[in-house]
Amino acid sequence: MSLPTPLQRAVDVGDDSANVTPARLFIGRAGTAYRTSTQLQLRADHAFAKDALGASLSLHEQPMKDLVEHFALFEVATEADSHEEYLARPDKGRRLAAGVAETLRQNCPSGVDVQFVIGDGLSPLAVGAQVPSLLGPLMEHASARGWSVGRPFFVRNCRVGVINDIGEALDAQNVVLLLGERPGLATAESLSAYMAHRPRSGDTDAQRNLVSNIHPSGVSTEDAVRRILGLVDSFQLQGRSGFMVKESAQPTALPGAGDR
Amino acid sequence: MKRSVTLRGETFGFADLRELLARANEPKAGDRLAGIAASSERERVAAKMALADVSLGAFLDEPLIDDDVTGLIVSSVDHDAFAAIRSLTVGELRDLVLSSSFASEWEGGLKFALTPEMVAGVARIMSARDLITAAAPLQTVTRCRNTMGERGVLGVRVQPNHPTDDIAGVLLSALDGLLFGCGDAVIGVNPAGDSIENVVALEYALQDLISAVGAPTQSCVLAHFTTQLAALERGAPIDLLFQSIGGTEATNAGFGVTLQGLAEGREAVLASHADRQEFIGTNVMYFETGQGTALSVDGHGGMDQLTCEARAYGVARAFDPFLVNSVVGFIGPEYLANEREIMRAGLEDHFMGKLLGLPMGIDICYTNHVEANQDTTDQLLVLLATAGCNFVMGVPGSDDVMLNYQSTSYHDAAGVRELIGARPAPEFEEWLERSGIYEGGKLSELAATGPESLVAFSNSLKAIGL
Repeated sequence: MSLPTPLQRAVDVGDDSANVTPARLFIGRAGTAYRTSTQLQLRADHAFAKDALGASLSLHEQPMKDLVEHFALFEVATEADSHEEYLARPDKGRRLAAGVAETLRQNCPSGVDVQFVIGDGLSPLAVGAQVPSLLGPLMEHASARGWSVGRPFFVRNCRVGVINDIGEALDAQNVVLLLGERPGLATAESLSAYMAHRPRSGDTDAQRNLVSNIHPSGVSTEDAVRRILGLVDSFQLQGRSGFMVKESAQPTALPGAGDR
Repeated sequence: MKRSVTLRGETFGFADLRELLARANEPKAGDRLAGIAASSERERVAAKMALADVSLGAFLDEPLIDDDVTGLIVSSVDHDAFAAIRSLTVGELRDLVLSSSFASEWEGGLKFALTPEMVAGVARIMSARDLITAAAPLQTVTRCRNTMGERGVLGVRVQPNHPTDDIAGVLLSALDGLLFGCGDAVIGVNPAGDSIENVVALEYALQDLISAVGAPTQSCVLAHFTTQLAALERGAPIDLLFQSIGGTEATNAGFGVTLQGLAEGREAVLASHADRQEFIGTNVMYFETGQGTALSVDGHGGMDQLTCEARAYGVARAFDPFLVNSVVGFIGPEYLANEREIMRAGLEDHFMGKLLGLPMGIDICYTNHVEANQDTTDQLLVLLATAGCNFVMGVPGSDDVMLNYQSTSYHDAAGVRELIGARPAPEFEEWLERSGIYEGGKLSELAATGPESLVAFSNSLKAIGL
């Protein structure tokens, strides 16, 4: 049996792995250790990831300022008062601060089909890098499908579980939380969409779905929109979300199937 | 039952066994977060002293919580073997597991007398070196397409993840790992997408790789187990059925897992293996765990995270797994605050898993928002290799480009094998020698030296008729 095509190609024409993966492949070795260049590059990438954690995001400055003007985006808080408390107290980052539920009810329509929410999570940089190009198409395409779409808002010091409080406050059919993921070495700009159908307090990850790795060398904006709205479609059809709802992939998304 | 200890005139009381265990635990951010940790170092050591005097019988007489995991644990105890140690205290159990004759008594059946709670109890009155020394002689051998866990074997999972599951990217990453002698434990991909089609495509791609190079190893796509079973129904080859599990019914519910579901899944995979005839053993499950997961889904039931973790091993043990690993530094600083807590937890998890008879590996890792770095993984890797850990992870350049965390690398795994003289699984090592990756029991001069080693590998495969 011959080598799978991508491997045979690497043997025949040389290592082209940089074109297909951000992983550090075929980097050689010094004994069994990294070569000096690898060792120092890893240290540099770690330094950037650590510094990215301290980045801040303001709705009054670019790249978020335009979104505020375009979508009347506004900011609410969780019970976590500071970034330090957010890190140490996940329970607080999962709950809206006192009075926020009322604020949401006053400012957002209740009972919509899709409510988009933005959360800083562990990477404000990811929010700043991905959300400006993602939110518009998401809202447009959701409306184009005939769904009512709520007024989006931004949650500071936000954890995934805050979806439950949002569901309780606004009674949306589906909540999509666009959240900054922790910075990695290859990118600090990875965004995820956490999604739930009619979320309520007490719901867990078992009732949620996820589209992760939304960034330029991961899932493109276009694919993210297609996959997120495809899941919303499935939620609506099945009347539920979570591990029982499997994402349906397009046949074109099966690379390698022709190799067999 | 209330227990108390007086230290230098100060009396510390503990309402019940659950509280006593929590107070006696080494410092862990998650226990502080749950509000169950000792409030002072004096209280912590008082709790350790009180715990050392508790008899093992108390652990069966006083269940910590009432759920299906407790039911499973109690029903799987060998009560005849337990009768022999029932009156031992936790302190005496520590002395026993550190004694030179323990490994043979353990092998002779004592391992089935111990419950996760007893093991979690004794772990917290042991030092780091105790945890290493006691674990090292305990062997758990498992078989799927090869044999893991024999004396002197350190397995490596190749973890070729990709942010969009690009097949070429995954296969190239996996091949890079094979060239370092890694991949005997499993070639296991965490998929970025959980669709059935995606999992099917990955399962076939990994199987094609294994067939093409002739490596005696197993593949796994670490999607939710229901997705893997759906892929199996569509005919995809499932070598190992993976699932993340926790130590309480509520935690497992948070993962969308039931004990019955796992049992049925295992049966389905075993039935498919009977048809495929490529396997030398019947260990077909792969579980991942980690301290703090129960609390993270609000499913800890008032128990500390070390106890919850041990109970997860109680769940794993019931399904005769091929591999179990704790993803020790993945969960973040709210559960394991820093390097010190991660290293302690890694040694505890390995010890507890081994004592319960599991094929225990550790994903020695950290995220970028915790105070740890690659020196942390270097240190814990050397300690765990010395402790006889069944397997560790191999991630290209330590950088998981899909999950965005750092683990041990192909280089690290190959390096620690050389350092302590550990070997790959025997069937896999034989293949490494035939394919020119190994020479005389270690990496050959040409292996993994860069892109040019691909050509040398391809020529070796041709030379052995593949």
